[in-house]
Amino acid sequence: MTTPILEARGLSRSFGHVRALDNADFDIQRGEVVALIGDNGAGKSTMVKALSGNLDVDSGEVLFEGKPVTISSPQQASAMGMEVVYQDLALAPHLNPVQNMFLGREIPRKGILGALGFMDDKAMRAKAKAGFADLGGTVRAFSSPVGSMSGGQRQQIAIVRAITWADKVVFLDEPTAALGVVQTKNVLDTIKRVRDKGIAVILISHSMPHVLEVADRVQVMRLGTRVATLPAQGTTVEQLVGAMTGALDFSAKEGAK
Amino acid sequence: MSVIQHPLPEDVAVVDTHEPGESLLKRLTSLQSVWILGVLLVIVVFFSIAAGQKFLSTSNFSLISQNVAVWAVLGVGMTFVIITSGIDLSIGSVLVFSSVIAAKVMQAVGGEGWGVALIGIVAALVSGLAWGLLNGFLVAKAKVPPLIVTLGSLSVALGLAQVITGGIDVRAVPEVLTDFNTYIKILGIPSLPFVALLVVVVGGIVLHKTRFGRYTYAVGSNEEGARRVGVRVNRQLIMVYALSGTLAGFAAVLALAQFGTTTIAGQALTNLNVIAAVVIGGTSIFGGEGSIFGTVVGLFIPAVLQAGFVITGVEPFWQGVAVGTVLVAAVYVDQSRRAAALRGAKSSPFRALLSRNKGKA
Repeated sequence: MTTPILEARGLSRSFGHVRALDNADFDIQRGEVVALIGDNGAGKSTMVKALSGNLDVDSGEVLFEGKPVTISSPQQASAMGMEVVYQDLALAPHLNPVQNMFLGREIPRKGILGALGFMDDKAMRAKAKAGFADLGGTVRAFSSPVGSMSGGQRQQIAIVRAITWADKVVFLDEPTAALGVVQTKNVLDTIKRVRDKGIAVILISHSMPHVLEVADRVQVMRLGTRVATLPAQGTTVEQLVGAMTGALDFSAKEGAK
Repeated sequence: MSVIQHPLPEDVAVVDTHEPGESLLKRLTSLQSVWILGVLLVIVVFFSIAAGQKFLSTSNFSLISQNVAVWAVLGVGMTFVIITSGIDLSIGSVLVFSSVIAAKVMQAVGGEGWGVALIGIVAALVSGLAWGLLNGFLVAKAKVPPLIVTLGSLSVALGLAQVITGGIDVRAVPEVLTDFNTYIKILGIPSLPFVALLVVVVGGIVLHKTRFGRYTYAVGSNEEGARRVGVRVNRQLIMVYALSGTLAGFAAVLALAQFGTTTIAGQALTNLNVIAAVVIGGTSIFGGEGSIFGTVVGLFIPAVLQAGFVITGVEPFWQGVAVGTVLVAAVYVDQSRRAAALRGAKSSPFRALLSRNKGKA
């Protein structure tokens, strides 16, 4: 097995008496979709926060491309090539997809105009179009406000924004929640294309069928620790639910790895 | 998936049927301002027919533009503030305070030349900036709602202005300033409206073309989202309120030039009139949307009405009735349009019809 692009070893974090992470492991390869599943409170969000620089851990280490790192801020995570797509997407509904993509990272005009704060709309538009074309998304209206678009399109915009700035790892938090059937399919297709670009995708989802459709491996968390790592191929929803609830024990397998 | 949203045809719903380059945001905003521009034109046509040459005269329009000048400068700042989903009630009082400070300073220095006037202008700008920074700081850092913050500074600024002057207007305005207003025309436009026009043009460019403007929209549209992508939201808010305050200081200079005196008792409704104009012009009180062009159109409606009523001999009190009605109607139309946009529909049935036909073709 090659070196994982991102790996967590024995992460622990307590909030008061609650052990949100309890000696938890995680690993993902380049160009792989790993689903992180677990019941509410199993530690998925805490794990993502710890990996994306939003939370300090009490103990354990994070390895990025095989080297131990301390990610102390989301900005640092961004600089390393990692982006998080939050469940609420954090898009500005009145701005168009291009403006949203470059929000906070506008390309300035050259020369004195740039120094005065003028933006190079043409360059941003071209770059955004290329980004969307790359993912074969269904967003075509680059000058419509994002608020007028469907949930699936908004999700795609958020994903394209993330991978425009992250070329290594993208975290997706419940990307298919509250989406219709067609929109969900589009988003899952988008995830596959992101993976095909060689980017590691960490997918947090409650939807087992979606997880099994798009993920390469599934890592199951329960009570703050990883209780199972299963290949999506050949695994059933019942097995995943069993691992999540503790009804099925994969711990022997986990330990042997 | 148990949750299935209303069936939005994924590909069809938002296909760009329009020319690229011009943003829909702009088009939507301009739709409201175009609609309101139509209202303005109807009013102008009505009075032109009713009063003929008297209304259509150059002197009438130069009078109208003169009455709009001070409000236009305030309106630019207010547009920025309202786009961040804030409000600035203090502009009228800050104007009074700044004009009092400027007049007092000019009185103390003495003289009638440009040197004195320049000192007065700087004093007015600095005092306006100071109020704006205070407002911005309280809104952004202390997290006091803008309505309360600026209601407070409205009261405090006016109170302090009255304390400083004993409630009596200061008339120490250098002649160069009043002469500037009375005699000077630039490119055929009276000087005050010309200066206001400059402020409006620069304000429009900053709002629509620069990063500062983009962040203003972003903060009003999704403050938390903007923060997450690294926009310094607090700094932006402080700067926007500071801009509004500084422009109130600048408007104070124009008011001094226009009236030759401070106007302590004369600005009680200025804030509401400016807010009404901004909102009539299509800037959303909920933030994220708006334009300077709309604000200018929104300002001309009450001014034209007033002039028209005076000329046609209608009691000018009707102006308030008309403006209030237009305000509520404009916001109602705006709301329905917004709701339609959220449903994924086009902005009007007519427009929807158009694009549907295009889709079939």
